[in-house]
Amino acid sequence: MNYLTRRLLTFPLVMLGVSILVFVAIRLVPGDAITAMLGTEAGLLTPAQRAALSAYFGIDKPILVQYWSWLLGVLQGDLGISVIHGKPALAIILERFPLTLQLALMSMCVALLVGLPAGVFAATRNEKMSDLAVRIFAMIGQSTPNFVVGLLIIYALSAGFGILPTMGEFTPLFTDPLRNLGQMILPAVTLGFAFASSVTRISRSAMLDVLSDDYVRTARSKGVPKRSVIWRHALPNALIPVVTLSGVEFGYLLGGAVLVEQIYALPGLGRLVLEAILQRDYALVQGCVLFIAFNFMVVNLLVDLAYVTLDPRIRLGESK
Amino acid sequence: MGRHLSTKLLSGLALAVTIGATAIASPASAASLKMAWKQDATGLDPHKQTAFSSIRLLELIYEPLVRFDKDLQIVPAVAASWEFAPDAKQITFKLNPSAKFQDGKPVTAADVKASFERLLDEKTAAAARANFLSIASIETPDQATVVFKLSQPDVPLLTAMASINAAIVPAAEITAGTIGTKALGSGPFKLDKWEPNSRETLSANKDWAGGKIAIDGIDISVLPDETAILAALRTKQVDFALINDPLVATLVPKETSLVLNRTPVLAYHVLQMNPSRKPMDVLAVRQAISCAIDRKDVLDTASVGEGKVTGPLTMPGYTSDASTLFCYKQDIAKAKKLMADAGFANGFTATVIAANGEPATAAAEAQVLQSQLAEIGVKLNIKMMELNVYVDAWLKGDFDMAVALNGGRADPYSMYNRYWTKTGNLQKVTNYIDDTLDGLMQKGRVETDPAKRKVIFADFEKHLVEVAPWAWLYTSYSYTAQQKNVQGFVPTPEGSLFGLSKVTLQ
Repeated sequence: MNYLTRRLLTFPLVMLGVSILVFVAIRLVPGDAITAMLGTEAGLLTPAQRAALSAYFGIDKPILVQYWSWLLGVLQGDLGISVIHGKPALAIILERFPLTLQLALMSMCVALLVGLPAGVFAATRNEKMSDLAVRIFAMIGQSTPNFVVGLLIIYALSAGFGILPTMGEFTPLFTDPLRNLGQMILPAVTLGFAFASSVTRISRSAMLDVLSDDYVRTARSKGVPKRSVIWRHALPNALIPVVTLSGVEFGYLLGGAVLVEQIYALPGLGRLVLEAILQRDYALVQGCVLFIAFNFMVVNLLVDLAYVTLDPRIRLGESK
Repeated sequence: MGRHLSTKLLSGLALAVTIGATAIASPASAASLKMAWKQDATGLDPHKQTAFSSIRLLELIYEPLVRFDKDLQIVPAVAASWEFAPDAKQITFKLNPSAKFQDGKPVTAADVKASFERLLDEKTAAAARANFLSIASIETPDQATVVFKLSQPDVPLLTAMASINAAIVPAAEITAGTIGTKALGSGPFKLDKWEPNSRETLSANKDWAGGKIAIDGIDISVLPDETAILAALRTKQVDFALINDPLVATLVPKETSLVLNRTPVLAYHVLQMNPSRKPMDVLAVRQAISCAIDRKDVLDTASVGEGKVTGPLTMPGYTSDASTLFCYKQDIAKAKKLMADAGFANGFTATVIAANGEPATAAAEAQVLQSQLAEIGVKLNIKMMELNVYVDAWLKGDFDMAVALNGGRADPYSMYNRYWTKTGNLQKVTNYIDDTLDGLMQKGRVETDPAKRKVIFADFEKHLVEVAPWAWLYTSYSYTAQQKNVQGFVPTPEGSLFGLSKVTLQ
């Protein structure tokens, strides 16, 4: 059985584990859909009223019965109905996912376009002033929370220039690309800021390792131009840790970027799952978490496959 | 270097143009009000929804029989007039003959009867049912008259009827089971589209019996961060916005193009003690805590002074001079003596719970109280909780003390019968009642003379502050911000947005 088949076979098992975990965890948290809807007014309900609401929210049956009927639905592609939206959870998730995917891709582009050249530049100027400057910027980028970056950008644009991307009314990419990019570019920069700093740091240290390898020295001694040594010989071999980092970050981003989505009022997966948790919309929380877990596994698998492409010496799944 | 600089400048320019182009290109109609709020409605059933955010939306779509004006006086809504029987055991409403639902059908006595029967049906699970339990029967002698027969005198019933939780909905929609999935009321605006936690589109109801509406509709955006709301106001993306955080509100007047509406509200900030737990079961301990608190300092520090120190009664017509209430001037010496008399000269340790961000000042209030109570040896541990977790603990009475923002009502009985009567639904939260409190509440319920009611509730307030199960702190403001071209909005102490029906865009 090859590596890919074995990895794919673990998917259902992991998903089952995740489903049990999320199903139980959201119900263990104090408060339920009734207190989420009514707040302290829930204290005015009579037992009969509470029973009627429990039945409405589907929380009147034992947890095992609830889980079993939900699982049967999931196996048939039905993640349940969101009580807040009054729609199937899967439909809502699929509505929100394109934005999250676009934001993840755009912020990864920002991170790689800025972080990789910066890391390589710093590595080639090791311990010089310019290297120090890049490292300081990377440190600041990594240690500044993205909501601070987002709020500063919003304040600077609105107070300084009187402009701001349209908020609260999202335009999908294929409906109006210009308008969409206008809305997405700042969130992508905000999110890409810390991500770029991580890429800078990791690509710098990986490049430093590679640049001290024998084959680089050999290439240099044979008179290969410096630019070619760096970009053609050294960089591809320094990319593996960058791919690992990007894969993990990208996997996280596909789960939604809660703070950035909140600040820029973007209707992405992160905000969806946060609101679902706060409102105890069980079907939606469970659906979102399963979907996010699935995406994470797919991205991890793709990262593993990318290793083989980057370094032919790596043979996935072969024991020594 | 020069080339790099110009590349950067060009990139910056391109970014500004892209954002600027999208910011300017707003598809909303020129006569629609663009509005923003932080928190969206959580549902569309006016009888079931109790969240502030839901009420704000639903009162634009639905109407009760009567409503409050800006001075909390009861004025007509679906009903044109009403009359209590002298014994306060019957109330008769004459409906406005022009009142129509948004599908053009008239609002009839049958709709009113069906609405209240739905509200009272336990299967509906309306929390507001508790306010209407005195309704014994509903009669409809003709299409425009509704008579409520009551099992006991219930003067505050009329103010309870002014809530959107007592909205009149079409009897046909109740039969069809579509209340909550379809919004069809008789209010000033029709709900055309609702994307939960994202946006709403409302259009003006041309048939509204309340008069002509000057705007085409309202486009509401949910912007979860209030700093972003302020930025959207600043850049004129938004005409009108609700603001919760007093810190953000204080920034609005600094923008010359904006106007801040700041209205005292009925809700009150309070430190709830739990008299079922030691040592809060001792009167002197509770009084000591009340005496040790500098309420003005809590207000100034936690809420940048945005509010007013209050006793239990926050509604106009019933409020008293807070400085005359028991220990409303901080008195540490007296507090220490009370603690010593109670056998707690060395203080004690207790935990205070508070909800994250609900209200925005909760954590700061808890911290100020912590430092003030430390002066009499009370060591407060602060436990911040997610709102729903907090509500769960609060409803179970599972706390030593709780920092809370509790909703107010226009009538003292409606406001406090849940807490301070022997049969109050929330007795398990307050864990305190005595004959004086219960007796005064029952007297207030049956008394129809406003002057006598005022005296009854003044005695109630004085006694409640003295026995100190809770320490009332302050009332704050509700805030809305608007562009200067938005005219005619009248805020109310309940924080209602119904005033948007009178708004014009200059």
